[in-house]
Amino acid sequence: MATTQAEPGTELVLEVEAIGELISRLRGRGYEVIGPTRRDGAIVYDSIETVEDLPVGWTDEQAPGKYRLKKREDGALFGYTLGPHSWKRFLHPPEVRLFQIENSSDGFRIVNSAAAQAPPKYAFFGVRACELAAISLQDRILIGDKYTDAIYADRRREVFIVAVQCAQASANCFCTSMGAGPQVKEGFDIVLTEVSDDGRHFFVAAAGTPAGAELLTEIGAKKAPAEAVKQADKAVDGAVAMITKRLEMSGVRELLYEQVESARWDDVARRCLTCGNCTMVCPTCFCVTVDDASDFSGESAERWRRWDSCFTQSFSYIHGGSVRLSPKSRYRQWLTHKLAAWQDQFGSSGCVGCGRCITWCPAGIDITEEVATIRDGAHAAAARE
Amino acid sequence: MENASLLEILQKHPFVQGFQPKHIEKLAALGHELKLERDRIIFREGDESSFFYLIVTGKVALEVTALGRTLRVQTLGDGEELGWSSVLTSEGKHFQARALGVVKAIVFDGARLREACEEDHTFGYEMMKRLLGVVAERLQATRIQLLDMYSPAGAKA
Amino acid sequence: MNDSATFTDAGVEAAFPAGGPADVMLPAPCKVAQVDKETHDTFTLCLETKGGDGSPLFAPGQFSMLYAPGVGELPISISGDPEEPGRLVYTIRSVGKATHALVTKSAGDAVGVRGPFGTSWPMTEGRGKDVLIVAGGIGLAPLRPAIYHILRHRGDYRRLTVLYGARSPRDMLYRKQLAAWTYLPDTQILTTVDYGGLSWRGYVGVVTTLFRYTRLQPDRTIAMICGPEIMMRYVVRELEGRGLAARDIYLSMERNMKCGVGFCGHCQLGPYFICKDGPVFPWKRMQGWMGKYER
Repeated sequence: MATTQAEPGTELVLEVEAIGELISRLRGRGYEVIGPTRRDGAIVYDSIETVEDLPVGWTDEQAPGKYRLKKREDGALFGYTLGPHSWKRFLHPPEVRLFQIENSSDGFRIVNSAAAQAPPKYAFFGVRACELAAISLQDRILIGDKYTDAIYADRRREVFIVAVQCAQASANCFCTSMGAGPQVKEGFDIVLTEVSDDGRHFFVAAAGTPAGAELLTEIGAKKAPAEAVKQADKAVDGAVAMITKRLEMSGVRELLYEQVESARWDDVARRCLTCGNCTMVCPTCFCVTVDDASDFSGESAERWRRWDSCFTQSFSYIHGGSVRLSPKSRYRQWLTHKLAAWQDQFGSSGCVGCGRCITWCPAGIDITEEVATIRDGAHAAAARE
Repeated sequence: MENASLLEILQKHPFVQGFQPKHIEKLAALGHELKLERDRIIFREGDESSFFYLIVTGKVALEVTALGRTLRVQTLGDGEELGWSSVLTSEGKHFQARALGVVKAIVFDGARLREACEEDHTFGYEMMKRLLGVVAERLQATRIQLLDMYSPAGAKA
Repeated sequence: MNDSATFTDAGVEAAFPAGGPADVMLPAPCKVAQVDKETHDTFTLCLETKGGDGSPLFAPGQFSMLYAPGVGELPISISGDPEEPGRLVYTIRSVGKATHALVTKSAGDAVGVRGPFGTSWPMTEGRGKDVLIVAGGIGLAPLRPAIYHILRHRGDYRRLTVLYGARSPRDMLYRKQLAAWTYLPDTQILTTVDYGGLSWRGYVGVVTTLFRYTRLQPDRTIAMICGPEIMMRYVVRELEGRGLAARDIYLSMERNMKCGVGFCGHCQLGPYFICKDGPVFPWKRMQGWMGKYER
């Protein structure tokens, strides 16, 4: 029953039951709702149909190279932080068949171009502040730069975003250092803050767009009493208090450009397996490779685009050899690109402080530690001069 | 060349830039004008001939013969030097030198140049400085040549 | 059509629509007009293009992504005359599967083309100046369009000097053209090889040794260099040693490319995407990035 005209910005309150209703209404509008769900011992993003698909009452425990699910004492719907998936797998898919080629009188003809097909209509359910920041960073590469990636642009245009403010942080989070959270500021249709405290369980919500406002009205959002808003704010403050890692960003660009020969690179190279996990889980890494293949008859061919990683030996291959052959040079490339070169290319660093690269690194390499040590090394060297 | 004296020609050669006039005169006294016709072999590999040439005009090729093939490994042109090893040592030549066209040069006997350097160390120092420069430049260039950088699997940055 | 202002030094925008709205990832089929052999492993592919309004199809220094259907796609510099209508010319060295597939095409076969992409040689910047072109090996291919442009607009430029080094005489590109250009006024063409046989009566030695036979006036010269990275490094050193300013020296860089349009990330060198910010760079921008080991 609609009781309040929800305008973007106004804080509203929702009962827990309304969340299930939100999911159905989104599906009713033709969206495929993608949300968090438990699978294979992790919380991943996949199609969800009801609120029971969410990881109700579960949380995650993370540390460098470690990830475990743990049961909570309450029934919070969003009581975890981040899993190995990021929303980039839906906007910038891991594998896309760009087109097929058929023989024709002109030589060949392009058929089934991915960019020409209607994009899926996704509703992202449960997007964290750092993830919103990551999406807006990927927008800069794939839409905002010299050329537009049509596949990304089409999906991005269609997507409906239900954001969630964090009430807890993992041991690997450092969004505060990157200005990327945990408060959700912009880029969403609806933002929810879950309060699960002392037996009470409800949501404070706000709309970011007219479409979001409409939906909130439909599911019965009422104006939030001041006390509810206070509890929501307290929940987010709780998340901030749990953040222990810091990445000092000031001067990082010059630091990394100058410290090309830092001894720390050799040190990290001894630990880094160049497995590329970090690039797979990172929500802003965008590198892809393009492969052409034909069938045996040569009558038709396909071009595929797949995620790639600068950690592979062949990434920088050019007639006769790779420019970056050693693991040291590849790790250095990734970190320097992410924190320094990105700034020259896209106006800000490419890191949102989500901590996934730290969690999913089998060697437990922590970029906040690496940067701090390089900085210390630079200071020590300068002091000696 | 017919109208200018050897001294005047020598004074214009890049090799003696910065030499004191008396040193240029000393050098001129030791040299002879030479004109070589096209394809003339100036010296052969192993020759004990010990001459040092300052090329005035013309092009000279350094060659190596192996397995019936002759390869040109370097060319020298106007204002350059040929046969620096003659001034340093009396060992035989390592390469063959051939005039690719008409070559006009000033030629010096290597042994006599060596003697002059021993007698007058100031003159000798100036000579050696310049010869070292010639050898250094050739060495750098040869090293780059060895990289075979034009081949597909060749050197990369 | 003969006005130099028809393209800027930023290059011609990708102009090959292929099916529907401009999508830079879709190749357009072009028919092969002919394939000429340059050396034992290098061939020049001439493609026919349709349409166009008579303005240049590309700017000197730009490249296309060439697609051998079913085999693969790679970046190849355009090496023809930008103002020759209806043709795209590429000099390709056969070193792998895709290049082999391209050079073994016959007249009438189709090749996919995306582009042109990238930045171009400073033809506008160079007006009124002496132009020094230094090329090594196949590096002469991306510079040939610049030479064509200068010859078509000869009055816009002063002395033209071309220094070209190759491995051996049989590896030299465009020998007949180079020989013909030698006779043009205000033009000096010097070629050298790393080694030659008895029939080679030209210079032998690395391309940097040719500088002593030129008369460079550093304050009114613009230099354009293309070749193996090592060669370019030494040539830049030689030029700076002779008084050229960093902003008057331009290079064409090369890195692994998968998309050619700044999405795949492969071609990065420091903060630069070679496909978008290059391949032509003023030395001022490349200083500090080239020659850094394993960058």
